[in-house]
Amino acid sequence: MSLIEAQGLVKRFGDFTAVDGIDVRVEAGEAFGFLGPNGAGKSSTMRMVGCVSPPTDGQLRIFGMDPVRDGPAIRSRLGVCPQQDSLDLELTCLENLTVYARYFGIPRKVARERARELLDFVQLGDRADSPVEPLSGGMKRRLVIARALINEPEIVLLDEPTTGLDPQARHLVWERLFRLKQRGVTLVLTTHYMDEAEQLCDRLVVMDAGKIVAEDAPRALIERYSTREVVELRFGLDGLDTYADKLAGVGERLEVLPDRILLYAADGDDAVAQVHGRGLTPSSVLVRRSTLEDVFLHLTGRTLVD
Amino acid sequence: MGGTVAVLGHHLTIYRRVWRGSVFTSFLVPVLFLLGMGISVGGYVDERQGPLGVPYLDFIAPGLLMSTALQVAVSEAMWPVFDGFAWSRRYEVMRTAPVRTRDILLGHVAFVQLRALIAVAGFLLVMTLFGAVHSALAPLALPVGVLVGCATSIPIFGYSAHVKSENMFAVVMRFGVIPMTLFAGVFFEVGAMPPAARALAYVSPLWHGVELARGATLGVDTAWSWPLHVGYLLLWIAVGWPLALRQFTRRLDT
Ligand SMILES: Nc1ncnc2c1ncn2[C@@H]1O[C@H](COP(=O)(O)OP(=O)(O)OP(=O)(O)O)[C@@H](O)[C@H]1O
Ligand SMILES: [Mg+2]
Repeated sequence: MSLIEAQGLVKRFGDFTAVDGIDVRVEAGEAFGFLGPNGAGKSSTMRMVGCVSPPTDGQLRIFGMDPVRDGPAIRSRLGVCPQQDSLDLELTCLENLTVYARYFGIPRKVARERARELLDFVQLGDRADSPVEPLSGGMKRRLVIARALINEPEIVLLDEPTTGLDPQARHLVWERLFRLKQRGVTLVLTTHYMDEAEQLCDRLVVMDAGKIVAEDAPRALIERYSTREVVELRFGLDGLDTYADKLAGVGERLEVLPDRILLYAADGDDAVAQVHGRGLTPSSVLVRRSTLEDVFLHLTGRTLVD
Repeated sequence: MGGTVAVLGHHLTIYRRVWRGSVFTSFLVPVLFLLGMGISVGGYVDERQGPLGVPYLDFIAPGLLMSTALQVAVSEAMWPVFDGFAWSRRYEVMRTAPVRTRDILLGHVAFVQLRALIAVAGFLLVMTLFGAVHSALAPLALPVGVLVGCATSIPIFGYSAHVKSENMFAVVMRFGVIPMTLFAGVFFEVGAMPPAARALAYVSPLWHGVELARGATLGVDTAWSWPLHVGYLLLWIAVGWPLALRQFTRRLDT
């Protein structure tokens, strides 16, 4: 049995359809991602899976149970890290965890022990008895993650776990999430960072405007929808379209963005040589590995982060 | 039940951190009011030997007791509730745990009544020290305070879940709390007002609470028979609860 099973899942707010008939299966122990731009419907989906938002239509089963009928039973086995950090600023880090533990009927003593362990786990052990208010964004995020683990959940839902964090803070969060995964916890996360999806997810779906546009392992998606390498060319500001014509046939495919041209090719250096061979002199040339961003661009014609 | 208790526990844990700040507004201010009004205005009133039968301070004390319950309960049902949805998003976090929306509402309502009860109990103690209590029934003013707290704050829970901006709370103060405090029998008998104003006082939950509290602390008869006053306050609760729950559900279960 899959831990999470959605078929034709729909969420509407009035006339507006935020999630438009998606099919998703998440197996035990996997790290599953929803990758998509702002407004794609990621949070709406997560809230349905978290049993706080009733689906408008379609089928949804979590642990084989119905989220509307068995909401509390399901939630007692979930850990939830909402998109926005919401902590009790008046309380200490430890109290933020122990207060939340009471909702799961965890005895006080167990809650305190577990809270200390979790604070150590997210590297906030020395902050246990200090107030939350002065913590940095990265620390707050880690505290929210620790709180989501207080009931030893089987599935942890993370809505944009690292948005707004600096690179160092992000890596620390990734590393902790990776450890959780190693312990066999099922992770479901949303992100609009392709590197996050590549690092953490075994499998992911690309969402756009409420629909799933692709689904697979990150590398498989890149192989299927993109080439091994990408060349980014800049030519000043005017008339990128005219360059596009001159570049026809170089690489496998080409994409014109407002400020640059992307050339998709198995061998980037070879493509660059061909560009120069046609007498073109771009103002800058960058050869890089293909990413999920390119997959997204290919599937939707738009960039992921604007 | 467990969910409601956990929600109450959550609010109490926060209160334990911040209670000092609330002592001034929920306790000292009404006491200062009692002494200021009772002694200064009381001086004039008592000289004239009016129809009150008791010193003016003793007359207004049960009224201020109930207006304290009103003020504490209503303000606790405004900003903190707005905070729970919009700023701290505390309710959203509670909702991710295995509690139901009705537990979240009921637990917070219970906390607010506890706050009102603490304020009322403190005030009643001061009243007793000043000799303003004339009846052994006085402790009954405590449950009456909770009743007034529930009747006035539960509908406000719904209001606070509904409004988009905290500026809307000024409306409640201006058109609810302040007029009630001034004209619902706290400072003078509503019989002294013209019939239209008197009718408004009868509609207000505060007047019924004041009548009951005055009966309790002074041992005098209430204006109507006491079950009617109690029943009227229960009616506010019975109407307010489903309205509040509907607004909470709209915000938390979408
Ligand atoms: N409660 C609501 N009422 C009305 N519309 C909503 C509600 N919640 C979300 N929406 C709309 O649904 C769409 C999808 O929102 P959602 O929050 O699921 O997107 P998202 O993929 O999480 O985006 P982001 O990356 O910005 O978090 C958006 O257009 C949003 O405005
Ligand atoms: Mg979102």
